[in-house]
Amino acid sequence: MRTLRRTSSTIAYFIRHYKIPSVGALLVLLFLLMGIFAPWIAPKDPLHVSPRDSLKPPGREFLLGTDVLGRDLLSRIIYGARVSLLIAVAAVAIGAFIGVVLGMLAGWERKIEMPIMRLMDVLLCFPGIIVALSIVSILGRSIENLIIAIALYRIPQFSRLCYGLTLAIKENTYIEAAAAVGVSNRRTITHHILPNILAPIVVQVSLMIPGAIMTVAALSFLGLGIKPPTPEWGSMLQKSIVWSRDAPHVMIFPGAALMLVVLGFNMLGDGLRDFLDPRIKKV
Amino acid sequence: MTSYIVRRLLAVFPVVFLVVTLAFFVFQLIPGDPARMYAGEEATQQQVERIREKLGLNRPILVRYITYWKGLVHGDLGTSIYFHTSITDLIGRRFLNTLQLALIAIIAATVFGLIIGTVAAVHRGSIWDYSANLIALLGISIPVFWLGLLLMLFFSLYIGILPTAGNATWKHYLMPSFTLSTFSMAFITRMTRSSMLETLGEDYVNTARAKGLTERRVIIFHALRNALLPILTVVGLRFGYMLGGAVITESVFAWPGMGRLFVTAVNQRDIPLVQGELLIFALAFVLVNVVVDIAYSFIDPRIRH
Repeated sequence: MRTLRRTSSTIAYFIRHYKIPSVGALLVLLFLLMGIFAPWIAPKDPLHVSPRDSLKPPGREFLLGTDVLGRDLLSRIIYGARVSLLIAVAAVAIGAFIGVVLGMLAGWERKIEMPIMRLMDVLLCFPGIIVALSIVSILGRSIENLIIAIALYRIPQFSRLCYGLTLAIKENTYIEAAAAVGVSNRRTITHHILPNILAPIVVQVSLMIPGAIMTVAALSFLGLGIKPPTPEWGSMLQKSIVWSRDAPHVMIFPGAALMLVVLGFNMLGDGLRDFLDPRIKKV
Repeated sequence: MTSYIVRRLLAVFPVVFLVVTLAFFVFQLIPGDPARMYAGEEATQQQVERIREKLGLNRPILVRYITYWKGLVHGDLGTSIYFHTSITDLIGRRFLNTLQLALIAIIAATVFGLIIGTVAAVHRGSIWDYSANLIALLGISIPVFWLGLLLMLFFSLYIGILPTAGNATWKHYLMPSFTLSTFSMAFITRMTRSSMLETLGEDYVNTARAKGLTERRVIIFHALRNALLPILTVVGLRFGYMLGGAVITESVFAWPGMGRLFVTAVNQRDIPLVQGELLIFALAFVLVNVVVDIAYSFIDPRIRH
């Protein structure tokens, strides 16, 4: 009860002092709910093909119009949130987990520092989309492989961060004290270092998700991501090019959805960074 | 100075070695028989064997690895399976096309980013600051391919003043370079603003003002010059990524560059071509960063030591 009250008062403080990030959080929440409850929210079946309704402009029956196969655009965008967010969140979570473990180990143990960090340097030579494309070319196209492909690029980002932080924290007297009273290495890492680097990790997660969402859409846009007919924003944009002259709505709405959710995460991430990272002065 | 540059250049080799080695061995993990994949579903066993022979896939992996290195030393990246030509030739021309695009984009991004970021920091809290923040936020949030498509829809289809694809005239460069530079411009704007806010609060800036220097001089030669280091890192990183990461922009505008070639290579599962491009991407990225490091030592001589 006490933690609950403390959490809610922290949230109240955040909303009061961080207006723009709160708007971002609202946007993120909106899209999350949209993704989770897609089957209940979507007005129509996103896969229902109806040639009679092909490329209808936005109107009363189809709020955002229809695509070339007469499928309801709004429903497809709502279902699209599901795929994008699922893959992005899963990929960042996996990337964060592996990256944090590797980074902390490299920072803690001199012996394994070199191999881990050099490997990370190599991965960091490539833009995320190139890493993802390479992985897809090796493993083939599927949702699981897409998650692996996108997660792989987040690993070095997190390990770099945690490596530096661990090195810095290791110098503190309380780590020395822990070792002196016989706390095991494992416990020192999980109970003394991890809690102290958690805030930057959370910030990094919130700043990595928008990039992951964009990568999902970009891969699908390039024809190497989610396979049709699954509704996905990037592949919807890809399909929209041919019809954009006469039916610009098929191009505008999926891209706008993508931009809004990315914008939401960026606004939230900026605020979290200012809020959680005391080293950065609030600007 | 020279020894610093040499030292930095030597550091390129381990990374390149790792990239080549990783790219070589990771692609051996592909499930299935590569020779059969290249030959196609309908090929006879005999044809598959001939291809295996031709690609050298019947030899042990270490022999192939060494052969690959021998080729690399002579500038030979192997033969593309899809295009049936030398990968070095395929990449050469396209690399120049990508380089042109990336150069224009990074210069535009840096110039505008520096100006907007500086104005925002100097006029902190003003309407200029808020507009700059808003533009930068939108800039990092807009999906590259959507931006490209919207530009194309407006300027090519509706108004009809700009061409949609290719790189024939100067007009062809406008939309792709703008599309490619947007994210970096926004990123550099943010970096410049926060970096400038820090230096503007430093004592030497106050000293410069106390000396009676003009405000313009104080901002450009004292605050901005000291704010440049972190900005330069970002510029280098963005440029390095642009050389490989123009994948989406190039695909939208059918730009005959490295990124589009990479998508084709991945789509066709042309592994030698994928490997070759990865190597070039890494090389370009590492070299750009070495140049940035060296530029650092000119801006801030303390770093050399």
